[in-house]
Amino acid sequence: MVDAAYEAEYLAAARTEARRYALGRIGVYAFLTVFAIIYLFPLFVVVANSFRQLPEITRNGLIAFPRSFSFEAWPRAWAHFCVSGACAGIHRNFYNSLMMTVPATLISSLLGALNGYVLSKWRFRGSELLFVCMTLGVFMPGQIALMPWAFVLGHLHLSNTIQGLILIHCVQGLSFTTLFCRNYYISIPDDLVKAARIDGAGFWRIFYKIILPLSPPILIVTVIWQFTGIWNEYLFGVVFTDGSQQPITAALVALATSQMNARAYDVTGAAVLIGALPPLLIYFLGGKYFVRGLTQGAVK
Amino acid sequence: MTLFAKTTTAMEPEAPGWRTRLAAWTPFLVIAPSLVASFVYVFVFCGWTLYISMSNSSLLPSYGFVGIQPYIDLWSNLRWKIAYSNLFFFSGFYVVLAMLVGLALAIAIDQRVRGEAIWRTIFLYPLAVSFVVTGAVWRWIYSPDVGIEHFVRGFGWSDFTFRLTTDRNLAIYAIIATGVWQSSGFAMALFLAGLRSVDPDLVKAAQIDGASRFRIYRKIILPTIAPIFVAVAVVLLQFAIKTFDLVVALTNGGPGISTTFPANYVYDLMFQRGQINIGAAAAVMMLAALAVVLVPYSLWLVWRRRKEGRAYG
Repeated sequence: MVDAAYEAEYLAAARTEARRYALGRIGVYAFLTVFAIIYLFPLFVVVANSFRQLPEITRNGLIAFPRSFSFEAWPRAWAHFCVSGACAGIHRNFYNSLMMTVPATLISSLLGALNGYVLSKWRFRGSELLFVCMTLGVFMPGQIALMPWAFVLGHLHLSNTIQGLILIHCVQGLSFTTLFCRNYYISIPDDLVKAARIDGAGFWRIFYKIILPLSPPILIVTVIWQFTGIWNEYLFGVVFTDGSQQPITAALVALATSQMNARAYDVTGAAVLIGALPPLLIYFLGGKYFVRGLTQGAVK
Repeated sequence: MTLFAKTTTAMEPEAPGWRTRLAAWTPFLVIAPSLVASFVYVFVFCGWTLYISMSNSSLLPSYGFVGIQPYIDLWSNLRWKIAYSNLFFFSGFYVVLAMLVGLALAIAIDQRVRGEAIWRTIFLYPLAVSFVVTGAVWRWIYSPDVGIEHFVRGFGWSDFTFRLTTDRNLAIYAIIATGVWQSSGFAMALFLAGLRSVDPDLVKAAQIDGASRFRIYRKIILPTIAPIFVAVAVVLLQFAIKTFDLVVALTNGGPGISTTFPANYVYDLMFQRGQINIGAAAAVMMLAALAVVLVPYSLWLVWRRRKEGRAYG
């Protein structure tokens, strides 16, 4: 009798517990779904509208189930549409961004790796202080460097050129890549380097044979970070270049904010997607490392 | 380049040759260009802009010293006051909301949900996209003609109004909402990494003691990851102070001047109005705002590291 009473009580308790658990699960998934819809909504809007016909958009609004289909907006945005006076679409700006982002990313990542190597494995008197000074650049707002950069670019005859922007992004990116690589290389045991030195390996040999083979995880982080950061940068692009020399972000702002193009939703949508595609692609390919890069600095 | 390596392999007993000496200098030679570039970038550029902010520059930089007059002009300018109060208002809401949403998402994902990678990807992708793109798309969604207002009216609610970006008192909320949309995934990623770093034995012990889930979070997990709250807040504040492209793409500072931000003001004064010295003064104020956030933070970090060093060393 006693046992049966206990058992019934136990079963009832287990049942409420199970119900509470199920409700909790439903709550968690409902919460995540609501936010996922909010997060994906703008993406859906812009993708859908880049494939709709303009008259149908203006009639039904941007937020509507697509009732027409057209691929016309994409080639127009790419090669024909008029942005700030020139009617060649945004393909030149896309190339500009590519020509700017790829070299700047590679140079700043490579220099960051070398600097990190020196600052972690070949320390000299005062190198810690120099490291702190270098990383201050991470926090500097771009606005404070505008006038000096204008002067420097002018004197190097790099005003309104992609090379000028590459220079800016390399110098600006150095502090960041150095910080990340140095913090990563610190965790490589010094004994490894010491042993190599005793065996007679020099600075470069140790870098090629020991440090570089251990570097892919951190290099992926710096490359992703630099690529997305430089591709998405707007301030320097709009200040130091104009017209056909501008990177894509500047062209997109010109396109999206101009009164003349205000109603060309289909073309603007396609152009915005073209501009967002490379960093998104990089992010989807290396998302895992991207997250790791984001969290690395702060969680430590 | 392998030359340097060779010299050290052959333990020559005689006096060090030029190769050995060069090898000893290699690390310094490698880092020197970056050091010079960073030094110029950080110190010379800041000093330069500081000087320009106290000069008589107008359309072009010039170097006649006028003291703090540009700062007086700056602080008596209505548009700058709006920009500055916007920054405070925006930063408060943006940082708190992005952290709240980020924390809620992180905790939800931490409940051993299925398809964690998919959820994470959805919440983080806005971060890979530029503020320019985000601003352009949300500008549409807020637009009365084709956006949410048009959408809701389509259901027959014909006097529904939703005009964030065209109302001078509400436009700032559009910027806050969009900023939170873009950055809360970042907060989520950091919080999630923090939640994962909490010692599972600690949580298990509390569960055995019969603590509820809510209580475990409030009393054990969240206090353990307190440093991450500070880190996220600092990084978000930094984003807030540098806010520029988002405003340009979303409202372009309008309606009127209601959503001017310090960074936009700097750009306008330097490149549109030819008042370079006042623009530089505004840039220096931005740097000052960053210093107010970052200097105490780094001091706190150093203090914490010392304390930990003492506790374990």
